[in-house]
Amino acid sequence: MKTLEDLKRLREQLKTKNTVRHEGGIQIIVGMGTCGIAAGARQVMTAILDEIAKQNLQTVKISQTGCIGMCEKEVLVDVVRPNEPRITYGRVTVDDIPKIISEHIVNGRIVAELAIGKFTE
Amino acid sequence: MRELSLHILDLVQNSLEAGANIVKLEVIEDLSADVLVIRVADNGRGMDEKLRQLVIDPFVTTRLTRRVGLGLPLMEMSTKRCDGYLKIQSTPGQGTIIEASYRHHHLDRPPLGNIVETIKTILVANPTLNFLYRHTVNDRKFTVSSQELADILDGVPLTQPDILIWLHKYLSDHIANLYGGVEK
Repeated sequence: MKTLEDLKRLREQLKTKNTVRHEGGIQIIVGMGTCGIAAGARQVMTAILDEIAKQNLQTVKISQTGCIGMCEKEVLVDVVRPNEPRITYGRVTVDDIPKIISEHIVNGRIVAELAIGKFTE
Repeated sequence: MRELSLHILDLVQNSLEAGANIVKLEVIEDLSADVLVIRVADNGRGMDEKLRQLVIDPFVTTRLTRRVGLGLPLMEMSTKRCDGYLKIQSTPGQGTIIEASYRHHHLDRPPLGNIVETIKTILVANPTLNFLYRHTVNDRKFTVSSQELADILDGVPLTQPDILIWLHKYLSDHIANLYGGVEK
């Protein structure tokens, strides 16, 4: 069974390897209002976390937000890359996640067929 | 919502929207008393008595995007169906405590569902939230404190891939252990 002691050891390993960069540049935001949750936002979030672990992505930040207002397009996932427009993906399913992560997060190519909004801040 | 763990995520999101930075979640399963209690306590802005009485009405919401809100009404409905209740205590400026109780063995009680995913989501997606989760099944207990994790991690983010893998295993193991054990 995993313990907090394991976590301490893991942290020490990571610190000595010095691979941990504290400020992630890329941000992923998942809509977690009642509408989002009912549409499967938690499963989508889990898929994102699994994919981050699988592809060993070190600098991605994840956050949850409430209802964004386009409830019929839930699950909504926003991707923000530094100095690029914020992209909103709609009707996201668990199956879309590997594509969004590999294309947009890793390679910087927007997945046009899933994108429903673009905000320049 | 087909799972109680989705209602839990919904309640925590309500707390966050009420501006809370401390959320305490308790899940109590007592099979001899045949109850399952979910309690979420926060230090958000709270509600006055008028709003407190209104929030279980589906035609009342504090959201601005439209005029219906279904989170609490749906949860209340599910408790009533299972010989239970939904209790809301709130003090403006101090916070809110929501307690949902179900008869554990009631045929209509939704399953707790994937509580691991819910806890993981809350912890990872809200790094500045002070979150405490305590789950009791009869005499077995499991507690997770985001503060304690942050102290151990000493600046390493929970989204670090190796840490994510640890967190998933840690939560899965200990929660499975509440129900009678896990392979070593």
